[in-house]
Amino acid sequence: MSDRGAPLPVTVNDLTYRVGGQVLLDIPSLEISQAWPTMILGPNGAGKSLLLRLLHGLIAPTSGTIRFNGQMAGGAVGRRQAMVFQKPVLLRRTVAANVNYALKVHDVARAERKGRISALLEQGGLSDHAGQPARTLSGGEQQRLAIVRALASDPDVLFLDEPTSSLDPSASLAIEDLIARAARGGAKVIMITHDLGLAQRLAGDIVFLHHGRVCEQTRAPEFFAHPKSHEAQAYLASKLVL
Amino acid sequence: MQDFAGTFAHSVGLILSGDAELWAVVLLSLKVSLLAVFASAVIGLPLGALLAVGRFRGRQAVIVLVNALMGLPPVVVGLSVYMILSNSGPLGVLQLLYTPTAMIIAQTILVAPIIAALTRELLEGLNNEYAEQLRSFGVSRMGVVATLLWDGRYGLSTALLAGFGRAIAEVGAVIIVGGNINHVTRVMTTTIALETSRGNLALAMALGVLLILLAIMVNASVAALGMSGRAAANV
Repeated sequence: MSDRGAPLPVTVNDLTYRVGGQVLLDIPSLEISQAWPTMILGPNGAGKSLLLRLLHGLIAPTSGTIRFNGQMAGGAVGRRQAMVFQKPVLLRRTVAANVNYALKVHDVARAERKGRISALLEQGGLSDHAGQPARTLSGGEQQRLAIVRALASDPDVLFLDEPTSSLDPSASLAIEDLIARAARGGAKVIMITHDLGLAQRLAGDIVFLHHGRVCEQTRAPEFFAHPKSHEAQAYLASKLVL
Repeated sequence: MQDFAGTFAHSVGLILSGDAELWAVVLLSLKVSLLAVFASAVIGLPLGALLAVGRFRGRQAVIVLVNALMGLPPVVVGLSVYMILSNSGPLGVLQLLYTPTAMIIAQTILVAPIIAALTRELLEGLNNEYAEQLRSFGVSRMGVVATLLWDGRYGLSTALLAGFGRAIAEVGAVIIVGGNINHVTRVMTTTIALETSRGNLALAMALGVLLILLAIMVNASVAALGMSGRAAANV
């Protein structure tokens, strides 16, 4: 993590997001601390991806505020964060050129880039694919590239939107290892996942969303052992929650 | 049918003989059209990219206008450029009428909207795919435009080809502003029109054959370049 002071906690106040007359997200209060990876769990349509985009400043809330250590989300704060999407968006360039692009937009000097690209590709196990068109990589490799490209900016906060969905177990494990290393390196990980095993292994705390509301926020072991809300209990028991 | 065959054989003979006058006309055609496509690309590529990325009031109206300009009647463009460049026109002092430059200006007016419209169409799709990721990177609006133009470069070659096709085959505008002056502004299309009216069908046919061959060669070259580039970037 870069030496720019603590970027967290993130403090959410009276956050709403509406489309038409419909309230898609309504969070009166939420605080996420620096200490450990935070997993956002919840059924499909709960508003998890929406919350992540709002936190990263990709979209503006209808009302309310999101502050990172007192500073508003987006803008300069957003430049110190990175996001990996569920379906990785790779540029129509080679693997190395994708990483180079991220370094360039974050003003890393040309002389420094070559070494950084090699180190990042090695970190992602992609050194042998440096000159390969990024879109010819396998699904797991593409996601690994998206993660190391996100790490190129040395982000304070790393947002991940279901990075292991549609990957086989070994590819998921490789992704999990990358995320764990990023977290150990000092980046605050805020991640959405439906993989409860991965959440149990990586999460420090859990934010459980349902119908656009935070039903529960607690430490991970407590959440998995004794979920308090009816919705979380049903979710963990793989029951249909309406 | 025999006349056609005879004329065609004569025209092939003219091409193979390396007739200096014929090749001068071919070279001037290429020069005027390629420069017009270059000028149109300088205008049309960034304009199309900005329309693909920009969100401003009246954007849809501008898109409709640019699309409509693709169908500009060449003779109307020729007449307008003629009036502007004539001695009594606002740019008459430049003395550009009946010069290749006037022809390039007229062709640029015809080709730039084609390149802009096709660029907008292509890059809008690419922007839909890239927009969120580039916003996450914190890339500026101009940075997004540059990224889209670079990553869409192989698709954009089709837009440039369409522009070249329009320019090289154009006759109505260039005959008005160029005047079809021998050794000065006579290009393939205007020569074909002139020689046909004179009954010199062999020369007209020879130029017609060359015009088609040129179009095929330019398209084939760009397609070959595009294919190898696409394969390298897997797009």
